[in-house]
Amino acid sequence: MYKIVNKRALNKDMTWMEIEAPYVARSAKPGQFIILRTDEYGERIPLTMAGYNREAGTVTIIFQAIGRTTMLLNQLEEGDSLVDVVGPLGKPTHMEGLKRVCVVGGGTGNALAYGLVKGLHANGIEVDMVAGFKNKDLVILEDEFKAISKNVYMLTDDGSYGEKMFTTVKMEELIEKNGKDYYDEIIVVGPPIMMKFCCQITKKYDIPTVVSLTAYMVDGTGMCGGCRVIVGGENKFVCVDGPEFDGQLVDWDEIIKRNGFYKEQEAHDAAHVCRLTGGVRYND
Amino acid sequence: MINLIRKKNPMPEQAPDVRNKNFKEVCTGYTEEMAINEAMRCLQCRKKPCTTGCPVMVKIPDFIAKVAEGKFEEAYQIISETSSLPAICGRVCPQENQCEGKCVHAKKGESVGIGRLERFVADYHRAHSTEEETVDVAPNGHKVAVVGSGPAGLACAGDLIGLGYDVTVFESLHKEGGVLAYGIPEFRLPKDIVAAEVSKLKAKGVKFITNVVVGRSITTDELLKEGYEAVFVGTGAGLPSFMNIPGENLLGVYSANEYLTRINLMKAYKDEYDTPVGYAKNIAVVGGGNVAMDAARCAKRMGAENVYIIYRRSMEEIPARREEIHHAMEEGIEFMLLNNPIAIEGDENARVTGIKCIKMELGEADASGRRKPVEIKGSEFVLPVDAVIMSIGTKLNKLILDTTENLEANKKGGIGTDEHGATNRAGVFAGGDAVTGAATVILAMGAGKTAAASMHEYLSK
Repeated sequence: MYKIVNKRALNKDMTWMEIEAPYVARSAKPGQFIILRTDEYGERIPLTMAGYNREAGTVTIIFQAIGRTTMLLNQLEEGDSLVDVVGPLGKPTHMEGLKRVCVVGGGTGNALAYGLVKGLHANGIEVDMVAGFKNKDLVILEDEFKAISKNVYMLTDDGSYGEKMFTTVKMEELIEKNGKDYYDEIIVVGPPIMMKFCCQITKKYDIPTVVSLTAYMVDGTGMCGGCRVIVGGENKFVCVDGPEFDGQLVDWDEIIKRNGFYKEQEAHDAAHVCRLTGGVRYND
Repeated sequence: MINLIRKKNPMPEQAPDVRNKNFKEVCTGYTEEMAINEAMRCLQCRKKPCTTGCPVMVKIPDFIAKVAEGKFEEAYQIISETSSLPAICGRVCPQENQCEGKCVHAKKGESVGIGRLERFVADYHRAHSTEEETVDVAPNGHKVAVVGSGPAGLACAGDLIGLGYDVTVFESLHKEGGVLAYGIPEFRLPKDIVAAEVSKLKAKGVKFITNVVVGRSITTDELLKEGYEAVFVGTGAGLPSFMNIPGENLLGVYSANEYLTRINLMKAYKDEYDTPVGYAKNIAVVGGGNVAMDAARCAKRMGAENVYIIYRRSMEEIPARREEIHHAMEEGIEFMLLNNPIAIEGDENARVTGIKCIKMELGEADASGRRKPVEIKGSEFVLPVDAVIMSIGTKLNKLILDTTENLEANKKGGIGTDEHGATNRAGVFAGGDAVTGAATVILAMGAGKTAAASMHEYLSK
């Protein structure tokens, strides 16, 4: 069993959770992910790590309670346990040779970007962080990003907090202002549509662009092939070949379509959790 | 007394139109009378050709003699001397190519039902044995690790614990059993049988640690540094292959691994489990192996009205076991042989609507000795389906090779070993599909046992 040792709400949707998982913590690196299961009947879902503590043997995740599993997860409190946490999975973020990087996070993607930025910072890499959110209520991690980035640009779509601007626009503004050779690399983590548009812009300036992908997967070790994406015209598995890829080579339209596969069933399942109290399940 | 009937006692089964709607075991097993009657067909040949056909050399005539006498527990003890997983092998071994293929009866009629008898004996033992099996060997003080809890790992762990080793098995999934848990369906191998075999090993002292991906959570080298004196790697076959035809990433295209894992491991067929698998009315399964049969039969049980096996050669060349093909046909799976998919078609939402195939004919024999399928020009057609399951084999997973220092691969890209399961790295052993590529449960078990002997020799020096 994997005990929850810390839990706090980052906003009304996002939760920060620290979980005991010594086999993950001992080898975890920035950019890698875990797969967890809340209980015996639960699904295996992948979540990028926001951090880890080798001494305490814990890993941190930040998640949005949006599907059935994340809603069930959000019902667990400090002291409760998950049945399974496995990892670290995927390849760690490639940092060699980087000196200055712009990281662009969109919505929940900022949670995924946080672990990555921490890793870059720890390796002495300078980070300009562009963090975009829908509105003020959804803003997270501002202080955390400020502590580890050179500049942090907080944006909201509706202007209710920070600048009223899309991440793509801010990113292009920074490239224009600093020159196209200023950043060694741009890392984008967010909804596929945002990553697609960011890549279209960075392509114009010929700046190496890395994206972190999420996908449906079952085992996370390459066995099921459910997480396949087309990168550079070839089938790649997010779990073992990724989760980070060269954004210019990714077939975005295909990813955008694939991510909707279980939407109807998930919406139906999630509705059940909403009516639950205390984590009790029922079936109709 | 010898029973001279040329045919095997038939295996009691659920009726096809009943079983294709449930996940309960298809074959219900011999009764005691049937088992004794079948055992009396054995001629007790002095040369024991059957035993030579068994990768783990089960003393087949000896155990069958005990069955004929009604001494079922004694029969079990004889099997157990050489096989760790009889309840499993009795169900999933391709006996027709192994022990039963060598049976003298097979020349003129049907062989003795060795698999059915093995299964009967193992099930009898499981139902009647009250004693918990323990190991009466003194611990030898050596600590060893087994990576992967599939058939190779379980067999290896079973032999090592019997030799007094302190054995820890690391499993990457949340459940032990490897392919026995995620791959082979419940109706062919009930999961409580796999769980019972694992429990038996636990009772003997084998430690299992799930949710550890060796190569990621901890490396082989770290295991060796942290006090494990030898490591056996039995991590299985790996990554599913796709055909690289257009439309393969449409919604509703699965690898057989994914489809089977969602159903068998994650229990998508049971309402109380959360994992979805999706409903499809018409499903095409591409491939002709045992895994394809398993996927097709699962698809039928998940409620599909039409399930097609699409295979590019003919019934002569199809690699699945006859028994599986027979069962699949009985259950209403349609075999579309001599057809090869060339594209998968989808609608505006990227959901599968059909599979485009071209008809094939057999030409000259190829390198494998099988007649090579050749496309018939202009014979393309579209079969309307809403899901496609690709079951065309696997590629080797490189994780252990990439994360173990200086570990050498073999020609196929698997972990390189000598005939005793030793790799080029001292203390690192390997066996099963991780070495050979996809093969059978019994060959993996055999490799696990061979490696266990080799590890024992290495650590006894």
